[in-house]
Amino acid sequence: MTIFPLQQFVSQALSENWWTYLVFGLIGFFFGFALEISGFGNSKKLAAQFYFKDLTVLKVMFGAIVTAMVLIFLSSAMGILDFSLVYVPETYLWPGIVGGVIMGIGFITGGFCPGTSLVSAATLKIDGIFFALGVLFGIWGFGETVDLYWNWWNTNSYYGRLTLMDVFHLPTGVVVLLVVLMALFMFWGGEQLERIIGKRDLQKEPRQRVFGAAALLVVALAVLVIGQPTTADKYARLMLTREIEGEKVQMPAEEILSGRYVQIHPGELLDNLADYRLRVVMLDVRDEADYNLFHIRGAQHVPLVDVPGRVPGLISQTTATPNTIIVVMSNDEDAATDAWRALVAEGIPNVYILEGGLNNWIAIFGHDDPDITPTPGPVADDDLRYTFPAALGDRYDAARPNPHEWELEYTPRIQLQRRRSPSGGGCG
Amino acid sequence: MTTAAPEKQKHGLFNRPAKPYVHPYVGGALLGLVLFLAFLITRNGLGASGGLNRLIAAGEDMIVPGHIDQTPYLLKLAGGDRNPLDDWSVPVVIGAIVGGAVSGLIFGRFKPELNKGPRVSNRTRLIMAFLGGAIMAYGARMARGCTSGQALSGGAVLSAGSWALMMCIFAGAYALAYFLRKFWN
Repeated sequence: MTIFPLQQFVSQALSENWWTYLVFGLIGFFFGFALEISGFGNSKKLAAQFYFKDLTVLKVMFGAIVTAMVLIFLSSAMGILDFSLVYVPETYLWPGIVGGVIMGIGFITGGFCPGTSLVSAATLKIDGIFFALGVLFGIWGFGETVDLYWNWWNTNSYYGRLTLMDVFHLPTGVVVLLVVLMALFMFWGGEQLERIIGKRDLQKEPRQRVFGAAALLVVALAVLVIGQPTTADKYARLMLTREIEGEKVQMPAEEILSGRYVQIHPGELLDNLADYRLRVVMLDVRDEADYNLFHIRGAQHVPLVDVPGRVPGLISQTTATPNTIIVVMSNDEDAATDAWRALVAEGIPNVYILEGGLNNWIAIFGHDDPDITPTPGPVADDDLRYTFPAALGDRYDAARPNPHEWELEYTPRIQLQRRRSPSGGGCG
Repeated sequence: MTTAAPEKQKHGLFNRPAKPYVHPYVGGALLGLVLFLAFLITRNGLGASGGLNRLIAAGEDMIVPGHIDQTPYLLKLAGGDRNPLDDWSVPVVIGAIVGGAVSGLIFGRFKPELNKGPRVSNRTRLIMAFLGGAIMAYGARMARGCTSGQALSGGAVLSAGSWALMMCIFAGAYALAYFLRKFWN
């Protein structure tokens, strides 16, 4: 079973467990400690990076990135860490590029970045204290001026959760190995620059660094060989939490399905669509012909084969808007259930299946529409059991029933699980 | 290789001689380990500017409470009855300050100092530090994270945007470094 990240940090608010703050405080403590012992409290050491004399910044930063990276993806490959729950900062390409260049200018002007200035200020470096005060001023200034370009900042070149694997269409293990190779090359190049420009004697560098490089390569190769868990692997390990009679019960995903805890009555879907506090995303996983004949207004057409491709986008959406309910639907339930499996295995919360599918929906909302007639004779499982005069899509009354006209009896199934928003900045 | 300000070096709290920094690869590996554990346990990486942002928002909320509710950006942090300090990034920032101070105390680097290039006056250095901090923080908020939250944390989980941003930080700094060479060297 995948135990990390700990569920107290995922599915509960931090305030529910006081010790979670302590964990973050300890992480921060060792973060500050590691920065200080690396010399990041000293602006001259940081600035030297940009004159090729002392490449400590490059070595520490890329050393940290590749160390953390190989361990993260090794844990994921071994099935102890669910990577889909790990917070990957969303890609807003242009705001990131412009902000990045501005940051670089600030870095060389002031000699720090925000984190290192805190450590510097904490060890009484006067320039660090002034930089940190400048940081507070700059943050305040941003909050006061971002309204001027609010739309650009929020919508321009937004790609959601986008990894290098998605960009280059390469398996995770390959990307991990390439990043390690690139880092090792940069370390080598950096040392050459230090030798030529900084006049450093490389003979005095510790020999053991070669073993460090070898260890990184070995772990990266292991990540490549083991491979990341498939959706089926994740599904088999998956335990879902369900509140039954006031108690939280954990059970395997298949038991959730057979207990029919996630199959929602059409009436419940209709009521939730009308609930302004919720954002309901409907995914219609049937083939295009059926979708064109009839679909619920607002349902997106995502054929079953395309469902896995929608996972990163849905992770971003449900992270940004925690009150999102996803309802998958097919003609009966078979294809929708497969889609449900694919989504929950990737860690997407609040996914439900339309009970009885579109056939059941039409039986309830479309039975008095003279244009919609039951197909005579036997119909295969998960096929449409109605015939339509034309492919009118959502232009039938039954595709957009008025929630105030229908009083349907059903057992509510939806339990909104609100996850803690992991984006701590100003974006959550 | 520590460099202290030459003229007015004072004694630190414990009068320890300053120890040298650890080897950069060791520092990098330790920092990477902390980063990995952060992601493993909590799903979050590290961050600095986000937590500071929340401290600012909390301060503003105390001084001018109505203002927060009229500014969309601040609204997300502290609007209504939301407590801007109830977020993972706040204890991380506080912990980082304590961790830096403790490390400084242990290794004899906890002492008032002004690090600067040899040709620059103290006054200029401090003005530039404040200015640099303001510019950096403005960019960091625009990019939704600073060197820690984006470059380091996003880099380790292979976020495409974080890698693009990391290149831009280095590009921006190197582009300006030539013009500031007399400031630092």
